[in-house]
Amino acid sequence: MTVAPAMTTELTAVTQEPAQPGWWRRMPTNAKAGVALFGFFVLTAIIGPLVTPYDPGYQNPSPKASMNSPSAAHLLGTTQSGQDVLSQLLVGIRLTLELGILVGVVATALAVIVGVTAAFLGGFWDELLSLLTNVFLVIPALPLLIVVLGYFPNKGELPTILVLAGLGWPWGARVIRAQTLAIRNRDFVAASQETGERTWRIIFVEIVPNEVSLIAASFVNTVLYAIGASVALAFIGVADLNSWSLGTMLYWAQSQQALQLGAWWWFVPPGLAVALIGTALVLLNTGIDEIGNPRLRDATSASRIAGRWLKPADPTPVLSEIWQRRPGLAGFLHSFSRSSLLDTELNKELLDKPEAGERR
Amino acid sequence: MPFIVRRLIFYVVAAWVALTVNFFIPRLVPGNAVEAIMSKFPDLQPSAYRALEALLGVGKGGSIWHQYWAYLVDVSHLDLGTSVSEYPAQVSTLLGQTLPWTIILVGTATVIAFLIGTVLGIAAGWRYGGGLDRLLPGLMFLQAIPYFFFALILLEVFAETFHVFPIGQGYGQGLIPGWHWAFIGSAIDHSLLPALTIVLTSIAGWMLQMRNVMITTVGEDYVIAAQAKGLPNHRVVFTYAARNAILPQLQGFGLALGFVVSGALIMEYVFSYPGIGALLVSAVTSNDYPLAQGIFLVITFAVLLANLIVDLVIVFVDPRARARGATR
Repeated sequence: MTVAPAMTTELTAVTQEPAQPGWWRRMPTNAKAGVALFGFFVLTAIIGPLVTPYDPGYQNPSPKASMNSPSAAHLLGTTQSGQDVLSQLLVGIRLTLELGILVGVVATALAVIVGVTAAFLGGFWDELLSLLTNVFLVIPALPLLIVVLGYFPNKGELPTILVLAGLGWPWGARVIRAQTLAIRNRDFVAASQETGERTWRIIFVEIVPNEVSLIAASFVNTVLYAIGASVALAFIGVADLNSWSLGTMLYWAQSQQALQLGAWWWFVPPGLAVALIGTALVLLNTGIDEIGNPRLRDATSASRIAGRWLKPADPTPVLSEIWQRRPGLAGFLHSFSRSSLLDTELNKELLDKPEAGERR
Repeated sequence: MPFIVRRLIFYVVAAWVALTVNFFIPRLVPGNAVEAIMSKFPDLQPSAYRALEALLGVGKGGSIWHQYWAYLVDVSHLDLGTSVSEYPAQVSTLLGQTLPWTIILVGTATVIAFLIGTVLGIAAGWRYGGGLDRLLPGLMFLQAIPYFFFALILLEVFAETFHVFPIGQGYGQGLIPGWHWAFIGSAIDHSLLPALTIVLTSIAGWMLQMRNVMITTVGEDYVIAAQAKGLPNHRVVFTYAARNAILPQLQGFGLALGFVVSGALIMEYVFSYPGIGALLVSAVTSNDYPLAQGIFLVITFAVLLANLIVDLVIVFVDPRARARGATR
């Protein structure tokens, strides 16, 4: 679990930017709730497996130990074959979080590499990478995951992580590319280019630090996707069924008819854990959104006077337009993407000709 | 070239990538997994084996480009090979039986969820900080619950315990599918709970996104100007703010569709619904690779088609998409 602290430092890096004391209090409520909830699960994942009361795989042969409801000896009851549910849950939370975070790290790294490369190379390569990104964004991931992983004779953790990461990068790559394009044309980048900085230094020292909140959002999103997909895959049996993750717990509970036999203590805890981890990540993401978009943040601090909601003074618009003409083949390829609609070139055209209908 | 033609070409490229990925998956898997799998089905006829060669690359069958070409020709004739678990049924026949169920159920439920979520998002974004915002954490929790888990809980509570809805399956036992009321009524009855699952779990996503874009749009000068002109509220909300805020929402709809459909696939398995998702799960658990790959292709094509429809809607809603076609 060496990866988990990196997550929190990323977040603090975002919030510390104002460099004022009490950044925790300035954080949006959503983000606070998300950090607290996610932190709780990370702690459980670190400490949990060390304090499991039983071996999660130990099958108690005594028929009396089968399907016990929660008691002092088994706080969350036992399974059909007498295994302790609490022990499985504690180990399962670690395995599931580990997998999600690993996939998140690998896929986000891929997204940064593809996004920044596309924006920096420009021209033909940019269009080719963007096309690839858009194509993989539109192809549904889960059926492809099922088909690919179905071919692996042993569906261990490594193939699952690699395939999940291999399909999880396009969303991040798309946003990061757009942001890099916007930042690339700023003065401070031009200045460092003039002073003869190397390209890789400009990328990693000047540009990537400015995208931390975007990269964090992309990371959180990918972890969310990875956990959801891996649990779903395990549930239908496309996973290493000898390991204890939240997904395989659900698989065994379902295949042994836990719910039909009334063994809610076996079935509900892993599902609830997945849902709560998911909620924590969604909350974190909304929090990051609010940090990045002042209007969303102020929405929560709007005040009500005489029955009407009044927004606080309008913040400076932070929309960064991408003033970029695309010549030749690149422009041709770009015009196939949906985002070509947002081209400022076109916006300008429309702005110059105010619509007649508006004044009628 | 009109916007829509360009998009059409993009989808053709995407479809080609999906076809190519599908072709190379069995060939790139380490070891000889494919042959090992094929040996599990000893009762396959030599003729079926030949058809599988083209799809999976089993045996010799000429150079890889030769195989690739044969595969493309087969797919263009809607020949996706033979199912090995339900031998000798054709994959395309099995798909034809299950696809309508999924399209009607998942399609309708997704559109309903999108519409309700968007309307709620408009309301929440317009009156931000109001009552609807307080629902958000609860909705986020609903959204974070895995589809299949939620489906199982609903099934247990509403079907097994309270008998409000029938337990799983697509229609009542003993009914013969056809265009008569007994069957249609039963089919609708059986689809209510699965549809409810999709709507409840996906509504929060649409609502949250719409709310966020709406809040940003409401702060724009033209909305304030419209209010200053003294236009009635409903006009400002719908024709000024919501109409502009809905564009990113529509663009997101196309992309999120893949996720919704994926979730719905596993939900079908929980309900033993006679759709394509349950078929995919059974194909994978019985190592029926030709069938699984055929299903992947069909799902991908369906999602691409839905995206194309979204693009048509965008052209209808967004004057910029029309202007582009006219000016170039």
